[in-house]
Amino acid sequence: MDNNTTKRKYSVEELKKYKKRSMWAEVWRNFKKNRTAMVGLFIVIALVIIAVFSHFYYDYAADIVHQELKDRFQKPSAEHWFGTDSFGRDVFTRIVYGAQYSLSVGIVAVAISCALGTTLGVIAGFYGGVTENIILRVCEVFVGIPSVLLGIAIMAAFGQSIVVLMFAIGLVYVPMYCRTARAAVLPVRGEEYIEAARIAGVGDFGIMFKHILPNSLSPIIVQITMGVASGILTASSLSFLGLGVPLPSPEWGAMLSEGRAYIRDYGYLTIFPGLAIMITVLAFNLMGDGLRDALDPKLKQ
Amino acid sequence: MSEKDIVLDLQNLRVRFETEDGIVYAVNGLDMKLEKGKAIGLVGETGAGKTTTALALLRLVPDPPGVVECDKLELNGQDVLNMGIHDLEKVRGKDISMIFQDPMTALNPVFTVGEQIAESIFLHEKCTYAEAQQRAVEMLELVGIPGERANEYPHQFSGGMKQRVVIAIALACHPQLLIADEPTTALDVTIQAQVLDLMKNLRKQYQTSLIMITHDLGIVADICDEVAVMYAGTIVEKGTLEDVFNHTKHPYTEGLFNSLPNINDRKAMLTPIKGLMPDPTNLPEGCPFHPRCPYADEDCKKPQVVRNISDSHYVRCGAYDRPGFHIERKER
Repeated sequence: MDNNTTKRKYSVEELKKYKKRSMWAEVWRNFKKNRTAMVGLFIVIALVIIAVFSHFYYDYAADIVHQELKDRFQKPSAEHWFGTDSFGRDVFTRIVYGAQYSLSVGIVAVAISCALGTTLGVIAGFYGGVTENIILRVCEVFVGIPSVLLGIAIMAAFGQSIVVLMFAIGLVYVPMYCRTARAAVLPVRGEEYIEAARIAGVGDFGIMFKHILPNSLSPIIVQITMGVASGILTASSLSFLGLGVPLPSPEWGAMLSEGRAYIRDYGYLTIFPGLAIMITVLAFNLMGDGLRDALDPKLKQ
Repeated sequence: MSEKDIVLDLQNLRVRFETEDGIVYAVNGLDMKLEKGKAIGLVGETGAGKTTTALALLRLVPDPPGVVECDKLELNGQDVLNMGIHDLEKVRGKDISMIFQDPMTALNPVFTVGEQIAESIFLHEKCTYAEAQQRAVEMLELVGIPGERANEYPHQFSGGMKQRVVIAIALACHPQLLIADEPTTALDVTIQAQVLDLMKNLRKQYQTSLIMITHDLGIVADICDEVAVMYAGTIVEKGTLEDVFNHTKHPYTEGLFNSLPNINDRKAMLTPIKGLMPDPTNLPEGCPFHPRCPYADEDCKKPQVVRNISDSHYVRCGAYDRPGFHIERKER
C-alpha cells in the first residue's frame, strides 16, 4: 500500500480534518432557534442528570423505603419539601429517586419498540407485496388491542418486574414504529440513487439499512422522542394499576396510586408525583415538536 | 477477433410489462454484440425501449410487472441470464456499471461523495475501508475534482461535478462494460463537452466497452464506433458510424437525420417525422414504423426480416424487396 503514497496528495487522516458539514448541524441550528423546544431539551437533560445522580446519592434502603411512622403525613416544610407519605417517607426524595424508573422504562421501551418496529417497517416498505401485507395486518391486530390492556396481559403473563415492564411497553408500541418506518421508506425506495446503489452491486440488506433507512430517519426520530413520553405515561398507568414496577419502589405512577387513598386530606401526595409525570411528558413532547420542525424539509428553505 | 474479446453477447431480448391495462411490449427481439473497448450508440425516440434494454442487461427490470425473456445474455462469457442473485450482485458494479441521466437524483444525499465511491470499491475489491476511501479520493481526482472535496455532500456540488462523481462511481472498479443512459441530457452544453471528453479519455485508459444511450446524434458521432437505431423495441438499423451516417438505409434513420437543424441553411424549417411513436400495448403489424413511413406499402404490414447490407451493416426494412428501392437521403 505504501509504494505510491508519494503520488497521493491526500491521506485519510488529512481528509478527516476537513469538517463534514452534515445535515445534523443544520438540524441543530434550526432546533436552537425554537425556544420551547430548547426548554424541553433542558428539562430532559436535567431529568437525566437527576436520575443518574440520585441513584448514587441516595441509599435505597435508608432514604427511599425506610419507614418512619412517627413522621407520617407531614405537610410540605423546609425539612420535607414535598411532605411525607403514609409511611413517613420523604416524598421529594422518592420523586427524585423515581425519575430513574420512569426514564429508564421510557427509554428502554422505546429502544425495543423502535428497533423491532423500524426493522419490520423497513422490510415491509422495501419488499412490498405479500411480505408487506403480512407485517401490516399483524400490526393492525396489535393496534386493535388497547395499549394498557395489552400491557396488562403481558405483565400478567410474564410476571411483575421492571424488565418485563420495559418489554411489555416496547411491544405495545411496535406497530406505531412499523407503520411510520414503512411510510417513510416508500418514497425513498423509488429514488434513483437506490437504483444506482443496486447497480453498484449493493445487496438487499445494504440497500434497506444503509441507503434507505438514513434517508427516512426524520419521522422515526420524531416518533422516538414522542414515544418516550407515551412510554412513560403507559409505565405510570400500569404502575398505578399495580402492575408496573413492584412496590415499594418509588415509581411515580405507584406513588400516585398510594396517595389516592388520602387525596382529600393530603392532596400533596398525589399532586407532586402527578406534576413530575406531567413535566417529564411535556418536556419530551416539546422536544419532539421542535425536532419535527427542525427536520421538516419544507421549513428548511 | 477471438471469442473472448466479446464483452457482451445478447440474443433475442424480449421485455414486456404485464399491467392491468394490457401488455406493454417494451423490447421485441433485440440482438447486440459488443467487442472489448468498443462503443455502441443506442439511438431512438423516447419510449423506444433503450433504458429498458439497459436495465435488462443488469437484470434490474422490476418483476412484476416486467417479464424478461432472452435466448442468450453473456457478459465476458458469464451467463448473466441464469445467475443467482448473489453472483449478480458481484457482477453489478464490478463487470458492468451504469451512468444515469440525472446526476441530481443519482447520488444519495446522506453520504459524502467519497463514501459513495468507496462503497462500490469496498464491495468488489479485496481491501480495507481505509484503502477504499483512499482509492475513492484518487478516482475523484481522476475525474477532475480536488481530493479534499471527498468529504462533502452531494448538495455541495454543481450538476456537472455531480455527473463527474457519478462517472467516478461507475468506473471505480474498472468495469468491462459501461452503460451510459443519456449522461449529458441534464447538463448544459458547455459542461456536456467536458463530461464527454472525460468519458472518452477514461474509456480509452481502462479499455471499457460502452453502450451510449442517447437521442443526440452528435454525441454518437463523437464517441461511438457503432450505431444501433431503435424503434418500438427493435433495432431497425445497425452499422458502423460510417454505415449509418453516410450510407443510411432505414427510412426511420433518414427521418432522424432530416429532423436535425441544418447548419448551412439556418432559416430552413425543421422536418420532423410525422406522427407519434406507436402505443407499445398495441404495436402495428409488420414493421412498427410503417404508419409513419413515407415509403410504406401493403407489404410493410407483413413481418420484416433483417437484411444484411454488408458485414457490419444491417437494416430491418422490407421495402428493399422492391427492385431499385432507395431512400431519398443521398449517400455521402
